[in-house]
Amino acid sequence: MIVFEKPKSLTDAELHYCPGCTHGIIHRLVAEAIDDLGVEGIAIGVAPVGCAVMAYNYFACDMVEAAHGRAPAVATGIKRSLPDNIVFTYQGDGDLASIGMAETVHAATRNENITVIFVNNAIYGMTGGQMAPTSLPGQVTQTSPYGRDVKTAGYPVKVAEMLSALDGPAYIARVAVNSVKNVKNAKAVIRQAFQNQIDGLGFSLVEVVSACPTNWGMTPENALKWIDEKMIPYYPLGVYKDKRESQKEAEA
Amino acid sequence: MDKKVLMKGNEAIAEAAIRAGCRHYFGYPITPQTELAAYMAKRMPKIGGVFLQAESEIAAINMVYGVASTGRRVMTSSSSPGVSLKQEGISYIAGSDLPCLIVNVQRGGPGLGGIQPSQSDYFQATKGGGHGDYHLIVVAPSSVQEMADLTSLAFDLSEKYRVPAMLLADGTIGQMMEPVVLSEPHDPVFTEKDWAVTGTKGQREHHIVNSLYLVPEELEKKNFERFERYQAIEDNEVRYERFMMDDADYCVVAFGIAARVSKNAVVEARKQGMKVGLIRPITLWPFPKQALAEAAKQVKGFLSVELSMGQMVEDVRLAVNCSRPVALCRRTGGMIMSPDEVLDALKKLAGGAES
Repeated sequence: MIVFEKPKSLTDAELHYCPGCTHGIIHRLVAEAIDDLGVEGIAIGVAPVGCAVMAYNYFACDMVEAAHGRAPAVATGIKRSLPDNIVFTYQGDGDLASIGMAETVHAATRNENITVIFVNNAIYGMTGGQMAPTSLPGQVTQTSPYGRDVKTAGYPVKVAEMLSALDGPAYIARVAVNSVKNVKNAKAVIRQAFQNQIDGLGFSLVEVVSACPTNWGMTPENALKWIDEKMIPYYPLGVYKDKRESQKEAEA
Repeated sequence: MDKKVLMKGNEAIAEAAIRAGCRHYFGYPITPQTELAAYMAKRMPKIGGVFLQAESEIAAINMVYGVASTGRRVMTSSSSPGVSLKQEGISYIAGSDLPCLIVNVQRGGPGLGGIQPSQSDYFQATKGGGHGDYHLIVVAPSSVQEMADLTSLAFDLSEKYRVPAMLLADGTIGQMMEPVVLSEPHDPVFTEKDWAVTGTKGQREHHIVNSLYLVPEELEKKNFERFERYQAIEDNEVRYERFMMDDADYCVVAFGIAARVSKNAVVEARKQGMKVGLIRPITLWPFPKQALAEAAKQVKGFLSVELSMGQMVEDVRLAVNCSRPVALCRRTGGMIMSPDEVLDALKKLAGGAES
């Protein structure tokens, strides 16, 4: 009896992520959701620019590599061309919340029937640890060496809260992957975000609070603790918007 | 029986695209190409197509990239400042070997410039425009009829060579009305492409649409392979018109609206006893180098007539390899030369060349 196996939606390629990085967990959760829902043959993913730039080598479905921040626009084109396929983007915080903010907000407000996986690790990983739109106040990075000063660098962007204020999107949630409990919950939420697309509900975004031990300058273990101590208090977990639930409530 | 209809140039592009089987249009409002988007907004929903007004030119070209990845006909249109915004996406589309059509109904620049006609995006269109080693197939209509015909041709060539195509028009042809005969509409034919993302259906390896090659040997190989296709385009797809060239002593080179004005000047010059002809590039890339090199054996000089400070003139000089004088007649910033100005420039060229 097989008790544990690699999801079909992941290839055999070796991941390039750093030790302790949580991208691997999130890749797996996305692949499991695709497998569980039986949509691997019709899934099309859009990879970002950032640490997950080579996600197209890891997901076994058809993949498109987008320019930095443009994944939601690329996914819009794919979905409008092939409405019966399942289209998802996988993006980091610099990609989605900085350079691609306009594409994110407008795909959400149009309620494009796509699934967006948003990995928030509060830093630019691929380029070596610069301040991200989601870096915490006071957080030391390569480009905020004295700590993020909100007087000059402004405040972190709370993507889930911001997008849930729009009328358009169907589903906005924030999860974390720093403990077994949180990973299990993240799995259910990511699966829901894909189910929503199958059901035609529209734009579903899951923000995943993630660890970057390398650029945070921490051990993997301490990075997971830092998520509990610093990240989650600033970025509370939960489902911020769920049109399915609000519809049920309205009917009741 | 071919039926003539009276149409605006911008609308002719839109209708021709639909008849060519394009069912996906993405754009952002900008003058002077608005009629094109308006036409698409009206027609696409009625024929099961997609019209989407994007949040920006950047988003629009990336939506084009998405549809092109799936192997279906797709287009966007804009005018000069908007086309500058699209350059990032165009570079990615070129780097990923995807077909699509980009329409630029040019206006004066640089910067916000003006809204009157111009041809000053010639360099941007024909030399790459965005970053990296690439070309677009560039067609330049000079009548409303050609707005329609070249739209259809651009889609075909783009798909044949997997190279994005640009229709480089100007505000005059975009806005003017002329009778046009439209081709018979054909429904979009979708053939499964061995590179498109459509879902593996569990029956093949996954397709990856991508322009990232971190191993320099691979990127170099990819670029060499692409340039072999560019060579094939240069060998097979050059299009131009020769007008009164058979016995010409002087050759005007002009495209688009500048060619229309220049033809009047050529006819007037002939009336005054000057043997002048005109070569009108219809494809700006590939540029009709050979035709100009041939003409250089016959004529005493060339006159490049352009709505810019002088951009195509560089390609004319390269094509004739400085074997003959190449003069320039230019207006810019939204101004159009009169036939008399072209005639004066011709007389000056003839005087200079003969003295």
